[in-house]
Amino acid sequence: MAADIILTDLTKSFGDNCVLKQFTAAFPKGKVTAIMAPSGGGKTTLLRILMGLEQADAGTISGMEGMRLSAVFQEDRLCTNLSPSANIRLTSSKVSKAAAALALESVGLDGNSRQPVRELSGGMRRRVAILRALMADYDILFLDEPFKGLDEATKELVIQDTRKRSAGKTVILVTHEKEEAAAMGACQILEL
Amino acid sequence: MALDQEILLVSPISVIIRLFSLVRTLPFWESIWFSFVRICAGFLAAVAAGVVLAALSVRFRRISELLTPLMLAIKAIPVASFIILVLIWIPSRNLSVFISFLMVLPVIYTNVLDGIRSADPDLLEMARVFSVPAWRKIRYIYSFQVLPFFRSACTISLGLCWKSGIAAEVIGIPDGSIGENLYQAKIYLNTPDLFAWTLVIVLISLGFEKLFLFLLDLGWRRLERM
Repeated sequence: MAADIILTDLTKSFGDNCVLKQFTAAFPKGKVTAIMAPSGGGKTTLLRILMGLEQADAGTISGMEGMRLSAVFQEDRLCTNLSPSANIRLTSSKVSKAAAALALESVGLDGNSRQPVRELSGGMRRRVAILRALMADYDILFLDEPFKGLDEATKELVIQDTRKRSAGKTVILVTHEKEEAAAMGACQILEL
Repeated sequence: MALDQEILLVSPISVIIRLFSLVRTLPFWESIWFSFVRICAGFLAAVAAGVVLAALSVRFRRISELLTPLMLAIKAIPVASFIILVLIWIPSRNLSVFISFLMVLPVIYTNVLDGIRSADPDLLEMARVFSVPAWRKIRYIYSFQVLPFFRSACTISLGLCWKSGIAAEVIGIPDGSIGENLYQAKIYLNTPDLFAWTLVIVLISLGFEKLFLFLLDLGWRRLERM
């Protein structure tokens, strides 16, 4: 059984700007951990280090070896020429067209599964990006302000869907809103 | 027409009449087939080689370092110099294959390389996080980023391959080629023939360009719908 993810004395600077200074934390396995900080507080940098996209200047990370990752980035990072369905299947070979269409329907995107993403609204794209992350094969899910740009009713629907699909997985959620963390069932909120 | 000297400038009617008389002969179609097959073969080989070499250049820096000056040299050296040099190495009947290949290769290589290098880094990071396999990255990410560059390169090089291929045939004079017919028209000062064959070359070149780009766009749309 995999252990929790443990970060010890994680430090990262960009030039003279130190964005993470000896940050130590533990993310319990199979639970949701929320990270909160003001803008520019190093939340995204921390996620990028955990995702292996950035190298920490100092400190160690344990408990992530061999883990499959999934993420909702701050930007949608979708292939705009492709349909929502193709974007979802890009990250997982196991997801069929029918399963992708069903998932899209569950977040109010029925009828859009074959439309190129470039023709969708910002909120629709966000939902596709979230579904792509949720339907991938993963052990750890990183959510970087995932519900940004969604109206209240859609946000509620998407949070419920996200919570249901990520149940039992380790989720690291970056958010500015305590309500979002609570709605996602966060077991702890870390302040950076 | 006003000059009344068809050697200097032929009337469009004379060209059309000559073209209609040529169309009714078997050697006309044999010449078209001879040149078409070879120039298209050179073009398609250059497209394949350009794409593969561009992909290898992105993957291996050494290959990029090796190919960059080579491609610059090919672009800078006059096509006539290449034709005369290559004529020493290979038979004249295959000269147009090699020359059209050589002229198209740097255009395809450079554009595809630029396309791969301009691939959206955000999408590549996303693929890295999700551990997307290489073939899927090519299919879903690189193909769409590279296709506009590739299409533009094809548009430029489709005209280029016909111009250079025919120039090679005019210098190499392989039997039964369009280039040989142009050469004959030149030495016998047969201006109606020269214009008629030129018109044929333009029509074939345009037709092939339209067909190729149509098929490319069709493939692109299919790829988007998959």
